[in-house]
Amino acid sequence: MTLSSILIQLLNGLAAASSLFLVSAGLSLIFGVTRIVNFAHGSLYMLGLYGAYSLIELFGRTPLGFWSAVVLAALAVGLVGVLIELAVLRRIYRAPELFQLLATFAIVLIIKDIALFTWGAEDLVGPRAPGLSMAVEILGKRVPAYDLLLIVIGPLVLAAIWLLLTRTRWGALVRAATQDREMVGALGVDQAKLFTSVFFVGAVLAGLGGALQIPREPANLELDLAVIADAFVVTVVGGLGSIGGAFLAAVIIGVAKAFCIGIGSVTWFGVEISFSKLTLVVEFLIMALVLVVRPYGLLGKPQAAQRVAAEPAPPFTVPSWTFALVWLALLIVVPWVTDRYAAILLTDIVCFALFSVSLHFIMGPAGMVSFGHAAYFGIGAYAAGLLLKRVGLPMEAALLIAPLVAGAFAIVYGWFCVRLSGVYLAMLTLAFAQISWSIVFQWDSVTGGSNGVFGVWPSPWLADKTVYYYLALTLCGAGIAFLWRVMFSPFGYALRAGRDSPLRAEAIGIDLRRFQWAAFVLVGALAGLAGAVYAFSKGSISPSTISIAQSTDGLVMVLLGGVETLTGPVVGAAIFTWLRDVVARNTEFWRAVIGLVILLIVLLFPQGLVGGLKALAMRWRERHA
Amino acid sequence: MLEVRDLHAFYGRAHILHGVSLEARAGEVVALLGRNGAGKSTAMKAIMGLVPPAHGEVSFAGQRIDRLPPYRIARLGLGYVPEERRIFTELTVVENLEVGRQPARDGAPTWTEDKLFALFPNLAGMRERPGGRMSGGEQQMLTIARTLMGNPRCVLLDEPSEGLAPIIVEQMANSIRALKGEGLCVLLSEQNLHFSQAVADRAYIIEKGQIRFGGSMAELTADASLREQYLSV
Repeated sequence: MTLSSILIQLLNGLAAASSLFLVSAGLSLIFGVTRIVNFAHGSLYMLGLYGAYSLIELFGRTPLGFWSAVVLAALAVGLVGVLIELAVLRRIYRAPELFQLLATFAIVLIIKDIALFTWGAEDLVGPRAPGLSMAVEILGKRVPAYDLLLIVIGPLVLAAIWLLLTRTRWGALVRAATQDREMVGALGVDQAKLFTSVFFVGAVLAGLGGALQIPREPANLELDLAVIADAFVVTVVGGLGSIGGAFLAAVIIGVAKAFCIGIGSVTWFGVEISFSKLTLVVEFLIMALVLVVRPYGLLGKPQAAQRVAAEPAPPFTVPSWTFALVWLALLIVVPWVTDRYAAILLTDIVCFALFSVSLHFIMGPAGMVSFGHAAYFGIGAYAAGLLLKRVGLPMEAALLIAPLVAGAFAIVYGWFCVRLSGVYLAMLTLAFAQISWSIVFQWDSVTGGSNGVFGVWPSPWLADKTVYYYLALTLCGAGIAFLWRVMFSPFGYALRAGRDSPLRAEAIGIDLRRFQWAAFVLVGALAGLAGAVYAFSKGSISPSTISIAQSTDGLVMVLLGGVETLTGPVVGAAIFTWLRDVVARNTEFWRAVIGLVILLIVLLFPQGLVGGLKALAMRWRERHA
Repeated sequence: MLEVRDLHAFYGRAHILHGVSLEARAGEVVALLGRNGAGKSTAMKAIMGLVPPAHGEVSFAGQRIDRLPPYRIARLGLGYVPEERRIFTELTVVENLEVGRQPARDGAPTWTEDKLFALFPNLAGMRERPGGRMSGGEQQMLTIARTLMGNPRCVLLDEPSEGLAPIIVEQMANSIRALKGEGLCVLLSEQNLHFSQAVADRAYIIEKGQIRFGGSMAELTADASLREQYLSV
């Protein structure tokens, strides 16, 4: 590479870093004060981009039209943020953190469909910035003038946020609330108003980040999850709550990505290495590296525990034998008496039930929230498919070896993950899932790339859908029963002790990290089993089995049913899978419908469906006792 | 000024307060005495709305406050100084005070930074120092000053002398007497009888979430058996 091309890539990276910084700064600000991990932040960015596109069409492609569209789009997104805060989040600040997460997932689904309804499924390519569409010559290379402007905007916004936080009363309140919001309230500050204002500022930053990208990237419906993943990475690498850290991380990641694209393919010692293919993973590699060396990010500090009078999670109650047997009998009889379609749907449900129970095991009893559980589901599915198609193993062997492959990956990923806790841990799991996804997506010759693997059918004796359903029920049912059994073994108790008080657990001689690592591997293998069973039921595998969307589906299932009950994740998986099936057959906007259902449940049953029903039953019994 | 009647409160599922009644008048310093775990801090938090009262009434300046959120209670002029100080460690002394600032209020002294620095001279020299880099005594001064920035009519002080060096305890006593001189009503919780005797006009003794004694400080000082039964360690 010549000096000038290095400079060009550097400028390119810095320009990309600006928007990344804006959206991450907003995310970080909101998390700091409200402790809500706002999954909808990428959706706000997407709205900013779409909004700016429409407003420019409306105002005309003049410099005035362009810039007023950008500013207005950002402000409008700010108002959307206020609306979300007022209508949803304000009602659930006292609910468990995971429930707030679920609510923001629901908002992601709703905003995606609103965008689909308003702007359609086609990518929308915005105009270049009027008056800035020329290129500036630097060292003999042409650099778009707009990129240079973006490079300036990033630090300007950083300075503006810094002044706002350190030179105004609002800034002092925000920083104080980041540390101890209850105390801020006891000093006479209306937290609700403060939270709304923080949401406004955070949303404006996301909207501005999106709107400013209009000349650089087309508006499309995939941006929400793509951007939120990027923004998570940036905030975590920089350190949660650190605006300066977010800027530093955005620059590092923006530049690293630009260089990967710029370098292209290189042959070193006869091996061709494609750096451009690394683009999709490089940020996650950086994140994994940073978190292992600095568990709180580059400029972050250990999280201050917020003072909320939280009750410890109640112990689990085991479902009674009669209850379990009745359900089992129903599950065995139903496909006999109904059509073939029921067997297919039930097969999906039992696969996702095991997926969801395995996720619940790691989140609930082990206390480690995973945003990337699809990694093991997907690896199990791919392992099964590839062992069958590429290695030529019999289907039965592939089905049994696949979970071991997923478990093996969990050994590697888990080793890193158990070194962290809380949001940082969750983000690292997301990173590993995304790395797995990128490898699968790009390794065409082995995994089939974006097309996936076809012809992954079970052996002839299992070809019948009902017979295969019984196999799925047996394997997944056994997996679920095993996990439930483990929860009440000394191993399970040790994990729960570690979740409730890591220090005390270690003080009585529990090597917590090893236990957590073992739990990681166990649930990884069982999620892999679910994936393998799922793969053979569908006959094909696509990269979407490892996608962020698959991971969030799992979270929705667990949270919908309720983390505090054993049966919750199974109920959540059944309802979610069934609902998606029913709704998707009837409307194009199934996501919004599911989102609204989730919101309704979150607002009505803050302990999840099963938890909520239990509470209702208890109240009823008390009244009639 | 502050009147509490039959207050019950739970912490999680544990029933901590079993019908606490007490009152504090304007210009009066009242001590709430009791051993560790007797319910002093919970009583303070329940009055402030930080632990929602399950039953009973709390009135302040003629208004019921037992269903209000903490910020509304604070805005009526009831200040709260927590036991653990809860200084904003990332914020400077001046910024900590800024967070506590509320508009001036009728019938209560108006505090400014300068007036507070006169009351707590130690703080005057460290205006730009982050709260996290101060000694325990300095933090205790700052947490009181921060609450005073809200121009309260009445202040709840949760164990103000706890963990402080004797010379700082002496300064703290002087400060509390100064607040009384400004006409404030002060309700302080204490385990330190000696300190309470130096500042308080009246005292209540709380044990197992119930008030066992209420009367003047002189009465309590005269009754050795009462002190033996409820306060000696």
